[in-house]
Amino acid sequence: MTQYIVKRLLGLLPTLVLVGFLVFLIVHLLPGDPARLAAGQDATPETVELVRKDLGLDKPLPQQFLRFVNGVLHWDFGQSLRTKRPVATEIGERFMPTFWLTVWSMLWSVVFGMAIGIVSAVWRNRWPDRVGMTLAVSGISFPAFALGMVLMQVFAVELNWLPTVGNDTWRHYILPSITLGAAVAAIMARFTRSSFVDILGEDFIRTARAKGLDEQRVIVKHGLRNALIPVVTMMGLQFGFLLGGSIVVEKVFNWPGLGRLLIDAVDMRDYPVIQALVLLFSLEFILINLIVDVLYGLINPTIRYR
Amino acid sequence: MATSSLATLSAAPALADERVRTPWSEFWRKFKRQKVAMVAGAFVVVLVIVAIAAPWIVPYDAENYFDYDALNAQPSLAHWFGVDALGRDIFSRILMGARISLTAGFLAVAAGAIVGTLLGLVAGYKEGWWDRIIMRICDVLFAFPGILLAIGIVAILGGGMANVIVAVAVFSIPTFARLVRGNTLALKHLTYIEAARSLGASTSTIVFRHIFPGTVSAVVVYFSLRIGTSIITAASLSFLGMGAQPPTPEWGAMLDAARSDMLTAPHEAIFPALAIFLTVLAFNLLGDGLRDALDPKIERR
Repeated sequence: MTQYIVKRLLGLLPTLVLVGFLVFLIVHLLPGDPARLAAGQDATPETVELVRKDLGLDKPLPQQFLRFVNGVLHWDFGQSLRTKRPVATEIGERFMPTFWLTVWSMLWSVVFGMAIGIVSAVWRNRWPDRVGMTLAVSGISFPAFALGMVLMQVFAVELNWLPTVGNDTWRHYILPSITLGAAVAAIMARFTRSSFVDILGEDFIRTARAKGLDEQRVIVKHGLRNALIPVVTMMGLQFGFLLGGSIVVEKVFNWPGLGRLLIDAVDMRDYPVIQALVLLFSLEFILINLIVDVLYGLINPTIRYR
Repeated sequence: MATSSLATLSAAPALADERVRTPWSEFWRKFKRQKVAMVAGAFVVVLVIVAIAAPWIVPYDAENYFDYDALNAQPSLAHWFGVDALGRDIFSRILMGARISLTAGFLAVAAGAIVGTLLGLVAGYKEGWWDRIIMRICDVLFAFPGILLAIGIVAILGGGMANVIVAVAVFSIPTFARLVRGNTLALKHLTYIEAARSLGASTSTIVFRHIFPGTVSAVVVYFSLRIGTSIITAASLSFLGMGAQPPTPEWGAMLDAARSDMLTAPHEAIFPALAIFLTVLAFNLLGDGLRDALDPKIERR
């Protein structure tokens, strides 16, 4: 197992280097001169040259890339052009709100999604299934930003039950995490249902029933565990979806997280922040996929790691 | 003698009535049974017609007509969906928005599907280095969560709807490439491909005439499901201010503009939200129906 994890971690390196290279290229493909942007609007040509030298932008591309990689390895992502503070600090402040938002969304969407999926599969083609699947297909069709606006209008403005914007208390997390998790819950529900329906048709389920086990045990002990395997994979993929979705949700709820930092950075062409954020998002996504693969083995002992 | 020939004659039309079961008629037979998907398909057809005819059927000019006496007005007979903060007719803007969203969704997925399918065919058929390089590129594209990739591309190319389409197309490529590659790998070892090869068929004939048709049904299903996702992504980018710019009547951009007037004029947000929801829902239901009609696994049950 440990060997497998180490092997997988090493296997990540080429992908990471490629991602890093692409991210590095983004800056050089961005329209406009980064040195000019960094120097500010009223800078004289001499100042721009000075800044260019300072940022190392006068050196040939391969050398710049090495410099960039070296910086990343030392946790140095440069300075934000907008606030003039180190990018690492900027990101550090914004990391936790987004992290918790994602985790809460994931938690409740997995719980609800799987519950709906299992209920739908067990009562297949009857009314609980119809209700569940109608909810699910609506969930994947309703855009997150529209859902966020509706929820905010109804629960925060009209009913005044929950706060609108900010992230001070746990009550601030309710609406954004529902908004972010809705689509994932819907996808999980659909996926759990189809996975469960497949499993319930297997021979070992018929055997379990034939030997007189009560239905509850058949579903929980024999069905659930086997149906979970594809579901866990799906969960990992959905994490990436959540990371992306958080960008939109953070704008709706004015959430002080990484997503809004990214939007502002793109607006202001704050390229060091864009670089670091894209790299961070990809790294998270890749690591989550690795964790999922490991979990996979814990749930299903028939999978052997080599 | 005469009677028997008459009997054969009358039997012949009865035989002809039992039509040949072509893949197309089989598909239609199964698809017809799915009432929800049929309704969704009909809705999509209507939507496409509306989108094409929009410039001629809108009651008001979507961008340049301003009714200053009815700012933020509620829905009425004159303005079916009400009026926005600048005095523009929301119904007209929704109709024109259908044009934008459908074009964006369709073009983006079509481009992604064509490139992805070609890459998948090459990777699956050639294997070896081609496969490794193409799949590595797909891995890297997958390493960016969809919308983040789109934002990155928009950051490089600049805002605007055309660039949004490119961005959404790029993130559709790996899905199609993986799907088609998997199918190609499964198909290429089948006997009929071997037979075609032994007859001396060229690689391009084998790939396009014999393998490609086997992957079409999967591509079609994904195409429909993907259009829904793409419309949402394009609208999200516009909502974030990176796609369509004002005064373009794009649904996501309209929702963004409606945010400030949510308290006084919620209808400005409700109609664009409904428009996106119903459109995406129709494509998703259609995709589900297509999958059920085209998936051979479901027939067995």
